[in-house]
Amino acid sequence: GTYGIAQTVRELSVISHSQITRLYSRFHSLDKGENGALSREDFQRIPELAINPLGDRIINAFFPEGEDQVNFRGFMRTLAHFRPVEDNEKNKDPNSGEPLNSRNNKLLFAFRLYDLDRDDKISRDELLQVLRMMVGVNISDEQLGSIADRTIQEADTNGDMSISFSEFIKVLEKVDVEQKMSIRFLH
Amino acid sequence: MAPYSQLSFLLTVLLIFGALCVTSKVQIQSSSERQSASSNTGSTGESTSNSSASITTVPIVTWKWHHVETPYLVALWILVCWLCKLMAQLNSKLKSFFPESALLIISGFILGGIVWGADKAQTFKLVPRNFFYFLLPQIILDTGYFMPNKLFFSNLGAILVHAVIGTCWNAAAVGISLWGCYLGGAMGNLQIGLLQFLLFGSLLAAVDPVAVIAVFEEVHVNEVLFIWVFGESLLNDGVTVVLYNVFDAFVSLGGEKINAGEIIKGIVSFFVVAFGGSLIGVVFAILISLLTKYTGKVQIIEAGFIFVLGYLSYLTAEMLSLSAILSVTFCGVCCQKYVNANMDEKSVTAVRYAMKVFANGSETMIFVFLGVTAIDTDIWVWNTGFILLTLLFVLVYRFMGVFFLTWILNRYRLVPIELIDQIVMSFGGLRGAVAYGLAASLDETRIKEKNLMITTTLIVVYFTVILQGLTMKPLVKWLKVKRVSPTELKLIEKVNNRAFEHILAAMEDISGRIGDNWWTRGWKRFEDTYITWFLMKPEARKNRDYLFSIFHKLNLEDAINYVTEAEKRGSLAFLNQTDGTIVNFEKKLRFSGVMPDIMSELDFGNNNVQPTSDTVPSVSLNIHEHEMKRMNEDFNAHHLLQQHLYRSRKNHRHKYSRSNFSINQSEDEVQEIFQRTMRSRLESFKSAKMGVTPAKKITKHPKKDPNHKMSNGKTTDKSKKHPYGDEDFEFSEADSAYSGDGPRRFKLTLSVAGVENPAFIVAPSQGAQRYLPWSPRNLHRLAPLRISDRSTDSFLMADAPATEESSEESPQQPSQRDGTHM
Repeated sequence: GTYGIAQTVRELSVISHSQITRLYSRFHSLDKGENGALSREDFQRIPELAINPLGDRIINAFFPEGEDQVNFRGFMRTLAHFRPVEDNEKNKDPNSGEPLNSRNNKLLFAFRLYDLDRDDKISRDELLQVLRMMVGVNISDEQLGSIADRTIQEADTNGDMSISFSEFIKVLEKVDVEQKMSIRFLH
Repeated sequence: MAPYSQLSFLLTVLLIFGALCVTSKVQIQSSSERQSASSNTGSTGESTSNSSASITTVPIVTWKWHHVETPYLVALWILVCWLCKLMAQLNSKLKSFFPESALLIISGFILGGIVWGADKAQTFKLVPRNFFYFLLPQIILDTGYFMPNKLFFSNLGAILVHAVIGTCWNAAAVGISLWGCYLGGAMGNLQIGLLQFLLFGSLLAAVDPVAVIAVFEEVHVNEVLFIWVFGESLLNDGVTVVLYNVFDAFVSLGGEKINAGEIIKGIVSFFVVAFGGSLIGVVFAILISLLTKYTGKVQIIEAGFIFVLGYLSYLTAEMLSLSAILSVTFCGVCCQKYVNANMDEKSVTAVRYAMKVFANGSETMIFVFLGVTAIDTDIWVWNTGFILLTLLFVLVYRFMGVFFLTWILNRYRLVPIELIDQIVMSFGGLRGAVAYGLAASLDETRIKEKNLMITTTLIVVYFTVILQGLTMKPLVKWLKVKRVSPTELKLIEKVNNRAFEHILAAMEDISGRIGDNWWTRGWKRFEDTYITWFLMKPEARKNRDYLFSIFHKLNLEDAINYVTEAEKRGSLAFLNQTDGTIVNFEKKLRFSGVMPDIMSELDFGNNNVQPTSDTVPSVSLNIHEHEMKRMNEDFNAHHLLQQHLYRSRKNHRHKYSRSNFSINQSEDEVQEIFQRTMRSRLESFKSAKMGVTPAKKITKHPKKDPNHKMSNGKTTDKSKKHPYGDEDFEFSEADSAYSGDGPRRFKLTLSVAGVENPAFIVAPSQGAQRYLPWSPRNLHRLAPLRISDRSTDSFLMADAPATEESSEESPQQPSQRDGTHM
């Protein structure tokens, strides 16, 4: 029931009860088949996502590796990344590691959007794919390639022509990720 | 610079000064002589003209000082003040240590000393009327015009909290504490009462915009911190005016007449003054925008309209006893967008530079005169207790107020304001000329201790401007306050910023809550439909989404770099030496989309003038790649990225609604993204189908009905529940995607039937059966999406041998999805 889910969710991160209820009703309304889980089509039903360049990748991010269904726990888990960062977490459990909405985990979420093959490195091709998704058709492949090269150059410190997660964190240290990857209503 | 040139400047200034004093003295003497003479002879009205009938011969040259006296003195003073500023800038050692405003005040001391030495009286004072009517308006107009609107309005709540509550708290706390201390006997004997203390507190309460700009622009703190302090300093004028007038009225009425009615009137007057002032500003902004819509033919002077109307807004508000500063601020804030869009580029540049000249010039004069005014024995009344206690209370209560209010605000903020920033914010509560002006306009018949108040105000002003200004930079460095990063963002940061925006927009859509953006969206939609239609020139309106200051600036930067490079090599002839070089200087007014850059909005501070304007780009450099490699490669990549990155929906979200897309040039973008998304989805379905998972079928029904509103997946599916639970859903794009652009309308409906269980229903639903002719049972090879009015392509995937492919016209009724299964 809802209580069990809420309990689970509270383990993941601290979200208020009213927010959980609201999000659960949203989950429910997306779930056409009423089987307690969302499939990719349920997400694709949201029209705005079709015109979001990263829409499909973001949808994928909800689904754990190799699965086609996501239950409410998984739904909340992904959304929990976007909770604003708080200094005083109520359940700072040392065993659970960093909370999902920590700066590093937010960056990890973004990193995994780029890194499709999950080898913990953004290769030039993966970066090209993302850039291609985000950029119009007027820009040629060569131009895009040079942008990708330049981008990798800025981040790559160990010269392997790809961006590892630690390089990713380092090069984005000045960006206020806490602001850019947080949604107020999750607070 | 060499010390000799500095010395010569100093001597020039002093010389001019001496001339000023001498001539003024001569003028005083001569005018007194003339007056005595005229009183002797009994004739009046002759005292200003020397051309009485006492000449004996034709004069070749006459001394006409009295004719030109006032304008001459004014001009000389302006010259002297600006020379002081020049000297302050020349001395780089001094400049890095002292804030410029402090140096100007000190120059004012020196000059005041000279004048006083010559005249034994301070003939040149900062008269409140001159200050409020001639020196202040242009500064505030400048700040409003260059206000970073996005930053300002997104922080407006916090700014208002600080401006209103903070200022009231300051006024009340300082007034009451001083009164308490007075009762306790710390100040000796004064003819003063509680109301007068409150009046004094209210005039000292306000943080001064001039001082804040002057100090903060040299320090470059991060933008949120800046906008909080700066916005507060502007908006608190509403409160200051009210408090000052209310307490002034109370003092006149006398303590006995104050009852609940008067107090309520005071509170009401706050709302009237504040909102009335802002409203006047907005009205004038509308006037200016409307005017610039039609001044295309008088480009030469269209820049001038802004100044005149801005000034009129100030005076109008002043005339109605509303808040003049708020009026001018909102006038500048609201008109900047439309004015910049409507006016020719050259006019925009003219306005920017002229604004800066006026504002800077005025600021310089204000600070110099603040110094000059001090050297006046008439006003100096020393009361140690009063002065020291005032200083103490002003500082302490500022800190308390800021900390308390920020603590409350932090509970509602995404990213809380740190303690360090709060310290800087408290420390940045500078008082300045406005406080002095208010003090000097006190009525000394009612307020016996006016001179004491003036003295104290001056001391507080000096303390905050000089001492706090001095220590601000070291403090910021020591506390390691987050500063504005002067370097441009790296490519990867830009890409990621844009990616974050997309991600955030997607998350907001998925979770169904708009969060903060609801109001912004609604406002932007309203603004785009009605206001820009009203206030912007049609050409400007068409181009405004193609205009991005980044694009133009980048182009101009490219051009400048290119020419610089060319000059290094001798001439532009080097172009011909490289093959494949294409340099197109063409009038390009179209490009697909640009990332809005906060950097363009970071133009705060009087000295920070951007060299380019942000109107129609008249030049688009299309420099070929080879050439770019030889030059600075950086800006090419940035340039390309800026040019081609899709705007995230957060930024053109205002053009998007759940029920219909509004007319927008971003339709191309949207189409591209949409096509790509659909293509990839179909591909993935196809590959999934080839694999183990059951087939998923896709049918696509273009809809022609222009009146059909977008159907949300939710509502449509509610009405059709398949008993077998198959995932029948529909994806439908909003209709009227191009509603503004003429009759061409396109709607896309995509329905996918996801099949969970291969052994599934075969019988389509009743609804589906009705529409079967348009929804083929069999699915064929995917065809690329074609966006057209008349196409009725269906995109199907082969599951069984393909039999039919529908190519009929789509149904006329607004029909919905259906699903077919195989």
